[in-house]
Amino acid sequence: MNLEGLEMIAVLVVLGLFVKVLEQFGLFEPIGVEDSTEDDFELSTVCYRPEGLDKLQEQTKFTKKELQVLYRGFKNECPSGVVNEETFKLIYSQFFPQGDSSTYAHFLFEAFDTDKNGSISFEDFAMGLSIILRGTINDRLNWAFNLYDLNKDGCITKEEMMAIMKSIYDMMGKCTSPCMQDDAHREHVESFFQKMDRNNDGVVTIEEFIESCQKVCLLVENGLNQTCFKTFDLT
Amino acid sequence: MAAGVATWLPFARAAAVGWLPLAKKSMPKPPGDKKSRHDEILLINVSGNRFQTWKNTLDRYPDTLLGSSEKEFFFNEETQEYFFDRDPEMFRHILNFYRTGKLHYPRHECIQAFDEELAFYGIIPEIIGDCCMEEYRDRKKENQERLEEDTEAEMATETPLPPDSTLRERLWRAFENPHTSTMALVFYYVTGFFIAVSVTANVVETVPCRAPKGMVKDLPCGEKFSLAFFCLDTACVMIFTFEYLMRFFAAPSRGKFMRSVMSVIDVVAIMPYYIGLVMPENEDVSGAFVTLRVFRVFRIFKFSRHSQGLRILGYTLKSCASELGFLLFSLTMAIIIFATVMFYAEKGTKETNFTSIPASFWYTIVTMTTLGYGDMVPSSIAGKIFGSICSLSGVLVIALPVPVIVSNFSRIYHQNQRADKRRAQLKIRLARIRLAKSGTTNAFLQYKEHGGLQDHGSGNQALCIRNRSAFEHQHNHLLHCLEKTTNHEFTDEHTFSELCMDESMGYRTSRSTSISSQQGQSTSCCSRRAKRRAIRLANSTVSVSRASVQELDTLHLQKNTVIPQSRSSLNARTQDLKLNCTDFTAAIISIPTPPANTPDESLPPSPAIPGILRNSR
Repeated sequence: MNLEGLEMIAVLVVLGLFVKVLEQFGLFEPIGVEDSTEDDFELSTVCYRPEGLDKLQEQTKFTKKELQVLYRGFKNECPSGVVNEETFKLIYSQFFPQGDSSTYAHFLFEAFDTDKNGSISFEDFAMGLSIILRGTINDRLNWAFNLYDLNKDGCITKEEMMAIMKSIYDMMGKCTSPCMQDDAHREHVESFFQKMDRNNDGVVTIEEFIESCQKVCLLVENGLNQTCFKTFDLT
Repeated sequence: MAAGVATWLPFARAAAVGWLPLAKKSMPKPPGDKKSRHDEILLINVSGNRFQTWKNTLDRYPDTLLGSSEKEFFFNEETQEYFFDRDPEMFRHILNFYRTGKLHYPRHECIQAFDEELAFYGIIPEIIGDCCMEEYRDRKKENQERLEEDTEAEMATETPLPPDSTLRERLWRAFENPHTSTMALVFYYVTGFFIAVSVTANVVETVPCRAPKGMVKDLPCGEKFSLAFFCLDTACVMIFTFEYLMRFFAAPSRGKFMRSVMSVIDVVAIMPYYIGLVMPENEDVSGAFVTLRVFRVFRIFKFSRHSQGLRILGYTLKSCASELGFLLFSLTMAIIIFATVMFYAEKGTKETNFTSIPASFWYTIVTMTTLGYGDMVPSSIAGKIFGSICSLSGVLVIALPVPVIVSNFSRIYHQNQRADKRRAQLKIRLARIRLAKSGTTNAFLQYKEHGGLQDHGSGNQALCIRNRSAFEHQHNHLLHCLEKTTNHEFTDEHTFSELCMDESMGYRTSRSTSISSQQGQSTSCCSRRAKRRAIRLANSTVSVSRASVQELDTLHLQKNTVIPQSRSSLNARTQDLKLNCTDFTAAIISIPTPPANTPDESLPPSPAIPGILRNSR
């Protein structure tokens, strides 16, 4: 049979339909078919349960009632029990609508996520807050240092400080008075380093940091204990 | 273990007395009672609705909230009950799960609300009983599709281009969304016009025109005006080739572009022309040449870029592939059966048309689809009987899969309509969000104006400030702390643009330059800043609007964190340092006061969009 062009095409079409029919019969499946019904429920609904109330009470400096209040709010926002970075950034941006708070939120997230697993559980949250609210001055300064030290190597370099400063200035947005210059954060960093860096080696270590801060904050340590009780004044 | 089994455990253990005589070794000691077996009734208060259940019921599922120690976080000492601030209607279903071991999905509830409740109580959706599972999955899939569509559509069309996009990106954007720029629109219409022209030319060139002088029969117009048609064809192909090359250049992922359907159609539309150019005009290949001309008609598919409806049709056919396959399969089976039968039935007849089984295929198809040309007709009685059975069954076989295809088409079509509606509403939504954001800033500025930043109790505060909720006070305090850190203050846009102009004017020391040039400079500076600000606002608006799809709540948040103040305190003079340190500690301490359950908590500080923020899947 001498197949001319159109006949050949017609035969090809019929063969194609035949293949489709065989598919229906289940004889063979074409390559690359995705079964979309299986992956509906990926276990992203990972439920994370915190340790018991008593254990948390030991680890943090909060009372039972305070922990309860904290947990209720936390659970309301994140029913699955953990916060991931994107949610955190979204939440944080609610407080600073004028500017861009995503970089700073990222740094904060890194500071809170102590076990570095990409999500903040209630324990991380409670312990972080405990340090900030109930810790000694030393603890708080340590925490702040940990926040600034982006690569957690024990010293703050100028670049890290620049990054942090820029992220904070970004949160202000553009509508400020006086007008926000592009390099406003640079001067800030320079003066910070002048004050902090005792031995002028270009980095600020934890000792230098604490030392410089201690001197001025020692005065208020006594005032701290009295004001602490105002925190969780529950009705 | 399922709920019912737990109650039978004592029975099973009691029945184990039957093993005692047969046991080889002595039985182990029974487990000791670590805590009292005395079962107690627990009180659960869900938004005022009191539920009571045995503690054992809840303990059946220890990996959920109610079954584990997590519920202790919600225990209220004064009333000795567990209080949950959630939906009581849904809680009924959750509690039933503990009681019966089967989770049911209430059909009238929103699927997302249900999912959120499940996530809160720590129950995985897979446990939903078979009776409700299908409905649940269907609705969840539908919801997911809808959300995906929306985010896709949003990202594709509404986001403004970043200002530093390359030519490639801009070109691609112009091709994908012609209504973004006039050039793109013009190009869009021009290509559409040329597709129409090309298809019309293909059709017209086969129409017989009056024969020229000296010939007898009519010639098709294509041969009479062959040069004109050739020029037209060339022009169209030039344009199509140009368009294809531009798209290829602009495509972000060239491999993906080449594999896409539209690209294949484009290639098929223009290849015949080039092949025709290249091929020599001899006899052997002229047959193939004729075939190639057929492919030119596929240019009509290029219209699918221009027509939404065509795309929907194509998508429907793709999604109904299994139904179409079934239709084809059943038809093939029926055709083969009936063709064979008719052939053997008509074999005895003289001069019959049914020369072979494949020849009978034609009769069968024509009869089953109720066409009935009449070019092949059975003459024997057996043939007529089987012929009638064939046509009756044809109606049935074709009628069955068709409604499935129709319902698929209807679903997709409605989805599309909804997408269009959503896009229209999105613009209004974005505008409202923008308004809300400026509202927040204004709220803060108003707060400052009315002396809100001074101490409580001093008489300077206006009444409106004092009446604001604790949350607002704390939020404004947070913003004030940020101002102090950076030593800049928040302003509104109007004041900002004024200030900007003043500053840039102030920078000019020489008075000789004309005022107009000064103003020109400052306006360009401000317009640049304004543009940057607008872009930033647009970016954050987009991120907010993306979140607004999942609805944001500014209130139920407790994750307030602290801006370390030590830097700003250090930069100030020693005199100020003491003061700032007090501020620092006071700032930290006063921020995370939990919102008291006052009624005005329900009012957001600004006309922001209320809602609940949920962890994204």
